[in-house]
Amino acid sequence: MSDTLAKATGPATGTEQLTLSKAINTGLRRALEDDEKVVLLGEDIGKLGGVFRVTDGLQRDFGERRVMDAPLGESGIVGTAIGLAFRGYRPVCEVQFDGFIYPAFNQIVAQLAKLHYRTDGAVSMPITIRVPYGGGIGAVEHHSESPEAYFAHTSGLRVITCSNPQDAHTMIRQAIACDDPVLFFEPKRRYWTKGDVDQEITPATLSMESARVVMAGSDVTLVGYGPLVATASDAALAAADEGVSIEVIDLRSLSPIDFDTVEASVRKTGRLVITHEAQQFGGLGAEIAASITERCFDYLQAAPARVTGFDVPYPAAKLEDHFLPNLDRLLDAVDRVMGKRNSLTGWGNR
Amino acid sequence: MAEAAPTVQLLSPDGVLQSDATAEQYRPYIDALSDEQLRQFHRDMVVTRRFDLEATNLQRQGQLALWPPSHGQEAAQVGSARAMRHQDHVFPSYREHAVAMIRGVDVVDIVRLMRGVTHGGWNPAERGNFHLYTLVLGSQALHAAGYAMGITFDGIATGDPETDEAVVVYFGDGATSQGDVSEALVFAASFQAPQVFFLQNNHWAISVPVSVQSRTPLYLRAGGFGIPGIQIDGNDVLASYAVTRKNLDEARAGDGPRMIEALTYRIGAHTTSDDPTKYRLSHELESWIARDPIVRYEAWLRSRGEGDAFFAETATEAEDFAADLRKRTLELTVPSTDRIFDHVYSESHPVMDGQKQWLADYEASLGAEG
Ligand SMILES: Cc1ncc(C[n+]2csc(CCOP(=O)(O)OP(=O)(O)O)c2C)c(N)n1
Repeated sequence: MSDTLAKATGPATGTEQLTLSKAINTGLRRALEDDEKVVLLGEDIGKLGGVFRVTDGLQRDFGERRVMDAPLGESGIVGTAIGLAFRGYRPVCEVQFDGFIYPAFNQIVAQLAKLHYRTDGAVSMPITIRVPYGGGIGAVEHHSESPEAYFAHTSGLRVITCSNPQDAHTMIRQAIACDDPVLFFEPKRRYWTKGDVDQEITPATLSMESARVVMAGSDVTLVGYGPLVATASDAALAAADEGVSIEVIDLRSLSPIDFDTVEASVRKTGRLVITHEAQQFGGLGAEIAASITERCFDYLQAAPARVTGFDVPYPAAKLEDHFLPNLDRLLDAVDRVMGKRNSLTGWGNR
Repeated sequence: MAEAAPTVQLLSPDGVLQSDATAEQYRPYIDALSDEQLRQFHRDMVVTRRFDLEATNLQRQGQLALWPPSHGQEAAQVGSARAMRHQDHVFPSYREHAVAMIRGVDVVDIVRLMRGVTHGGWNPAERGNFHLYTLVLGSQALHAAGYAMGITFDGIATGDPETDEAVVVYFGDGATSQGDVSEALVFAASFQAPQVFFLQNNHWAISVPVSVQSRTPLYLRAGGFGIPGIQIDGNDVLASYAVTRKNLDEARAGDGPRMIEALTYRIGAHTTSDDPTKYRLSHELESWIARDPIVRYEAWLRSRGEGDAFFAETATEAEDFAADLRKRTLELTVPSTDRIFDHVYSESHPVMDGQKQWLADYEASLGAEG
């Protein structure tokens, strides 16, 4: 990690209530203040402040050279960010929506992810790619997807996602300060969630690479990330009413994954449920289930369960509620790993 | 349709200096060159051709996995590379061996790539800002555009060509169909970045002729992006030098990006894995052999009084180069296995460290049994 965070000089502003989107905005602002090599580029991020207003006011305050409306081409945005990084800049790209990252796929997985490796470490690629992702906002096609697994699968990238305003603020600053390429997935349906944000980053601040135990519990470990951490927390509260104690873990980093935190929890609970909006096949849930089974097979009292989107293209908005994991599906999976019979067994093992 | 401009040619195929209006316009660039510089162009081309031959032989003998020859394209490459200034950055494709050498890349590092010893090869900062070869066609055009945008953002253009920076990207006629090349033209134009798009139109993208890529001369495409485009005889090293020199200096002065289409021909196969007799006719090949860049330049040098001694000396130099290349190639060793785990991230990481240790232990255990 670069020393830009360490030398961040701005006065601590204390804790304030911010939406998740504003928390990222203040994180970007701090990053722009802390390091003059930080530049933002994306579509409509200037005057408009981005379609979600995450960059609101930044061009006004930092100018058109620091906060750029790029021409409309995702490959161009990431590809030129690579060139800017060669030049010593620390670019932060915005991809307007999850479903529009694919035109940049080559530049991300075949170029960006490999350049540090290919130069035997001589060149760093400190590029952050911000991606609003996930469903639940009633959007048209290509605006509700969860493409994180494609990138988590790619060596050399870091893939992270936030679930609350504090993490959003801290993690975007850590991502920008990181000398590796970082895919920063923003849970768009949680942009308006409010929470306390302390802008002070100290060595004690949780790193973006470590998972967070959101709620302690003893019966079931429930792992989620991004938009579903709130849902998982609701499920834990509901389960508590029925006498089941759930430990909720917010993964934060999807690659690399902080397996130690998950493993410690599963050794304690003996049961694992993983949830994500993305399709199940080849997803993060599969990786976590396999890795945790390898690490603590003898501690498991039930096969890990996954609560995910179905293996179909993201459906039309009027049907998305049937696609997305929700409280009931989470509780249902909790029942299953607790050995309680219910109507579902997970579609894989029928 | 945009107006076609004449193809810039300073030396005719039989080595006669042209005197038409276009040629006259570029004459000052040539007149400014010393005899030694002019001789160097020849050495560069001859050594590059010998490099190709030696590398092809090494491939045939199983020493290299693959070789993409630049045979036929020496003038386009040498002229443009010699036109750059030391502070310039170069983003190559994978066939720019002459440019690499001129910028200071050790040719054995290119050989290492094709031998399967590395995916990278050199640190651009230590090799004349010559960036890594890029195999995904067109990708490097955007890296070049981004780098050039950075030069603009740094705002350090002073009007002094000796210090102001510019960027050259090399790509082929096939690559012009890639979206990334078009996007790079868009970004470079939008930000008025100091970038020269140097297209080597060698008429073939493996087995596909350029007519499949474009129904219009490729340099005319640049106009659609708001970028001046110019076509040159790419087998004329003087045209390549003078036109690149002029366009690079215009770009570095803040006039925005430029595109040069160098008409040339891939005399050899696409790579050593290719068989061009399957898709192209020998008379086409012969017509281009008749326009050979080295023969033409030698004829001109001789007409200016260069004697046998110099050409004999150059030939010896090329032979020595080849012998040295062969020797050093055969001396190349396989890197230690643990290298595959290094530099995935900017700092070492437990995931890769753990896998590195696992593989080391595993392979050691096999050795112990064996
Ligand atoms: C994106 C991409 N698609 C396909 C290939 C496979 N390929 C390698 S070289 C080549 C032809 C390239 O032709 P051109 O751009 O004219 O360059 P040349 O090889 O003639 O120098 C192809 C199709 C590739 N390397 N990258």
